[in-house]
Amino acid sequence: MQALATTLVVASLYALLGAGYVLVYRSSRVLNLAQGDLLTLGGYFVFALAAAFPGLPAVSLPLAALASALTGVLVYVVLMRPMAGHPIFAAVLVTITLGILLRAAIVLVFTDRTRHPLADLGLTNPPSALPGGAVVSRFDLVMIGTAAVLFAALFVFLKLSPLGIQMRAAGERAVLASQRGINFHGVFALSWALAAFAGGLAGMIYASNVRLEPSLDVLGLRAFAVALVGGLDSLAGVIPAALIVAAVEVMSIRYGNPLLSDVSPFLCLLLMLLVRPWGLFGTREEMERV
Amino acid sequence: MYEKEECHGFAGALRTFGGHGGPFRGPPCQLDVALGGGYFKTSYEADLALIDTRLRRTAVVGFVLLLVALPRFASSFLLDLVSQVALAAVGALALNVLTGLAGQISLGHAGFLAAGAFTTAALVERGVTSPLVTLPFTAVVGALLGLLVGIPSLRLKGLYLALGTLAMHHVVLYVAGEMQARAGGNTGFTIPPARIAGFVLRGTVGWYYALLLAGALTLALVVNLQRSRAGRAWMAIRDRDVAAASVGIHVARYKLSAFVWSSVVTALAGALFAYQRGFVSVEAFGFFVAVEYIAMIIIGGLGSALGAVLGAALVTLLPYGIDAAVATVSPGAADYYIFPAKFGAFGLLMAMFLVFEPLGLVGIWRRVRNWFFLWPFRHRPLRAA
Repeated sequence: MQALATTLVVASLYALLGAGYVLVYRSSRVLNLAQGDLLTLGGYFVFALAAAFPGLPAVSLPLAALASALTGVLVYVVLMRPMAGHPIFAAVLVTITLGILLRAAIVLVFTDRTRHPLADLGLTNPPSALPGGAVVSRFDLVMIGTAAVLFAALFVFLKLSPLGIQMRAAGERAVLASQRGINFHGVFALSWALAAFAGGLAGMIYASNVRLEPSLDVLGLRAFAVALVGGLDSLAGVIPAALIVAAVEVMSIRYGNPLLSDVSPFLCLLLMLLVRPWGLFGTREEMERV
Repeated sequence: MYEKEECHGFAGALRTFGGHGGPFRGPPCQLDVALGGGYFKTSYEADLALIDTRLRRTAVVGFVLLLVALPRFASSFLLDLVSQVALAAVGALALNVLTGLAGQISLGHAGFLAAGAFTTAALVERGVTSPLVTLPFTAVVGALLGLLVGIPSLRLKGLYLALGTLAMHHVVLYVAGEMQARAGGNTGFTIPPARIAGFVLRGTVGWYYALLLAGALTLALVVNLQRSRAGRAWMAIRDRDVAAASVGIHVARYKLSAFVWSSVVTALAGALFAYQRGFVSVEAFGFFVAVEYIAMIIIGGLGSALGAVLGAALVTLLPYGIDAAVATVSPGAADYYIFPAKFGAFGLLMAMFLVFEPLGLVGIWRRVRNWFFLWPFRHRPLRAA
């Protein structure tokens, strides 16, 4: 039971990060390798804002989420927009450098000490027992709830709202979309904002729940196994993929050792690449054999 | 003066990654452009020569003499820096064969290095310390690993291949971590000095010559590979694998050979690293190391051997340069500022080269050289002239 609960919590974290990868990849075919650093940044936004508004989580949490989304827009405008039309791999390398720059900035401003923003927020994180003997903390539940709400909102947004439809159109073929009057730079900026927002939320909750330190960006690298297993361009695929990867990870901690669990997402990734490189639910891209 | 540089348009190197032009489009092919005046070759030997003019010969001989004589007057700190550059250049040249020539992206270069270092460590652990045994064994392990990583490349392209190599990196590090944990002490392995028939390789000067030799050998090998049948096949595959196959290149074989070649050389570099440091630990082969190697070949100029060496030098020396800069600007600056400053400067440098100078240092070098060749004119004469 505890294993199931833990799997759900880890899966929610991965789902939030995976949503970030998929959103950016769908719109611009760029894999954002800085997603993990966007998560860390979200955590540090909470830390800074909680120190600025002690005891007012109703102010600092929304502000931190907003700051994360704005960071996404800024990243697109400053770094990714100039890369439009460049080879994809150059753009991917730019996201790696973005991760390096963000991490350097974080260490420069906040140092690399481990932080716990929860106290400043004025919130507590009591454990609660679930039926069946599993114990989860309050922020574990928040993580699951946030992932559920965010995914529901994203599905509705992409399916029904005009902006969401424009986003899908621009993702499918940017040139055609722009000829139909869609401002695809705006749409791309929005997808970066959403990705940074999702990553930031994950970071905020993780930081409150566990701890906050610059090396959290590893979580991002592991979560992209989730995005690939589900299919890089499939938002719906993220959920089952997150559950699978999280389950494998929890199992390998239980029956293997922590080292094995660290590498288990990458083993899932390798297996997927060998069997179905386009993922469980992704569009089958052209892959010819040699 | 004859523009001797091979025509590996940087264009091709990144075109395979799915983009369309942009600054990566690269310069037009310059093979037959005469700079300054007529320069004709009268024999096949002259055409095969790597160093073809007296100026170049003088420069190369002077440079080699300088490097050989360096230990006579340089501090051991400087010698250590040059050794580090030489070792990094071996790795960068190997990656450049894979990514720059054959167009196969690898985010797992640190994994190949780790494989080499840990193979050596495992042998040493079992009592085999002679480099005469460990180095060949490491090469074999490197070849097998390259084959293993290369096989998915027959099916995967671009981004997917990059992800596969990244996953491979983590798997190799996991195996290494397990080894390290099994061996008891969680810190790492101690490697005794390299000893070949009574001769012990140790000390800064000894390693300086050894690594310089390794770097020079790799450079000579790469430059010659580049203009061999294999090199041409790799570049053809990089530019368009379908076209390469249609002119009779065995794409699968050459893709695999690029992986094997690159991974053998990198694994050997890892073994040298292990012997030089005398200590091997998983922490030395993080993902950042792989990024550093990619940065080296991007900053230097993709597909160019000279670029790989220049990039290796710049990326290796950058942290020391920043140390020196910080020490002069504000001595006694808080220690924790220096790490993010180095890290950030590295990121900034890489981003700037990607956005503003995709041709890398080699591109800058060629522009400057052409400016001097053509002076006082600004453009080369039209083809008909």
